[in-house]
Amino acid sequence: MNSLWPITLASLAKDIRLEWRSKDALNSMLFFSLLVVVIFSFSFDPTAEESREIAGGLVWVAFLFSAIVALNQTWARELRNQVLDAYRVSPAPANALFLSKALGNFILVTLLEAVMAPLFMVFYNLRVVGAAWELIPVCVLGTWALVASGTFFAAMSIRTRMREVMLPLILFPLSIPAIQSMVEATRIILSGDGNPRFWIVLLLTYDVVFTTACLALFETVLQAE
Amino acid sequence: MKKAFPILAVLTVLLLAYAFYEAMWVAPTERTMGDVQRIFYYHVPSAWTAFILFFVNLVASVAYLIRKNPKADAVALVSAEVGVIFCTVVLVTGPIWARPVWGIWWTWDLRLTLTLVLWLIYVSYLVLRRFSDSAQTPKLAAVLAIFGALDVPLVYFSIWFFRTQHPQPVIGGGGSIDPRMLHILLINWLAFSCFAFLVCWARYRLEMLKRDVEEAEALESLLDTGTSATIAKGKVSLGGGPR
Repeated sequence: MNSLWPITLASLAKDIRLEWRSKDALNSMLFFSLLVVVIFSFSFDPTAEESREIAGGLVWVAFLFSAIVALNQTWARELRNQVLDAYRVSPAPANALFLSKALGNFILVTLLEAVMAPLFMVFYNLRVVGAAWELIPVCVLGTWALVASGTFFAAMSIRTRMREVMLPLILFPLSIPAIQSMVEATRIILSGDGNPRFWIVLLLTYDVVFTTACLALFETVLQAE
Repeated sequence: MKKAFPILAVLTVLLLAYAFYEAMWVAPTERTMGDVQRIFYYHVPSAWTAFILFFVNLVASVAYLIRKNPKADAVALVSAEVGVIFCTVVLVTGPIWARPVWGIWWTWDLRLTLTLVLWLIYVSYLVLRRFSDSAQTPKLAAVLAIFGALDVPLVYFSIWFFRTQHPQPVIGGGGSIDPRMLHILLINWLAFSCFAFLVCWARYRLEMLKRDVEEAEALESLLDTGTSATIAKGKVSLGGGPR
């Protein structure tokens, strides 16, 4: 157990260095979510009052779709040169690999949100009526909910025949409670109408339950042959 | 065991016929809803059967992860397949009843939404099984089944809170039920459970046979290429192995 964090950090540093040099995932994710925002703006008139009501939903759906782009690339990189097989036979704990991948995706998606959220604010002319600081826990917990289960299911879908297609098919049904919590909490905070506490607690519960399950079962998935 | 199957099949058919007769002719007509209420004798037993099968799926999946017994995996697969079918019956009969009674096909009520999400989760489970390679399918599927089970309470709470915020036009349930109706409901449930068990059993035997055949084919082709390689010194035998 004492080797968990050094290996996690080493693997994370490697992933960040790779991403920093190529910027493949980040660029494709940013451009993809920009496209989603623009298409949403054409589909739902941003000047209408009703669009502002559903902005919480639009933001998170855009992030969810963009996160899929990054999540699918997580493990594809390790398939080249049989890196994943090498990892499987090494004595390094499996959870270190999972944590480093999940943290790497967390950083990526957080960066994406930091760039895209202001853009949404501008396009949809949003004002935060409720307590704006409450958006921070919602963002952190919501992003972790997406990337933790997403990284796990990406490791599963990489084993199937239709890799890229499979991930959303597994991830979307299971993340319904998390998505509903994020969307509702964001909507309540933006409109200042009600208390988002229940949704934040539910999101936290989802994070705790799913992260525990991911850590408990990741070795099984990694070694499934 | 093999002799028990036709006996159970005959019993199930008789029971289903009796339950159908009870539901259609013996059961009293509901005062306000009329005859459309009789769909209740199919809707509710299907729901209970589907939920039991999903529970069986979870137990079998956990058993597989602990014991690595391929039989447990076959049980998990079969119960998920049949469970999805029964869940589909629930989702189809519900709106047929709701349209004349509530005036709407669908409402985002707690139980409706939960059933829909459950159906989605198990369809994704079957999709995963369909598209992964056979050797690792059981483990991945068992893991997904556990995640699905963990998800259910969270979905429940999210919809429960959402619904309390947005009251629905009509909420069914509550109130009392005629004892004769309850009696017929339970007969129907028994008949449906027997039917589900029968289908699962048949499907289980089919699945085990399929696996035996696959194993035999793999072994045969292995032996085939092995012998032809030694005899013909690397010459590929065309059409030698089975498809």
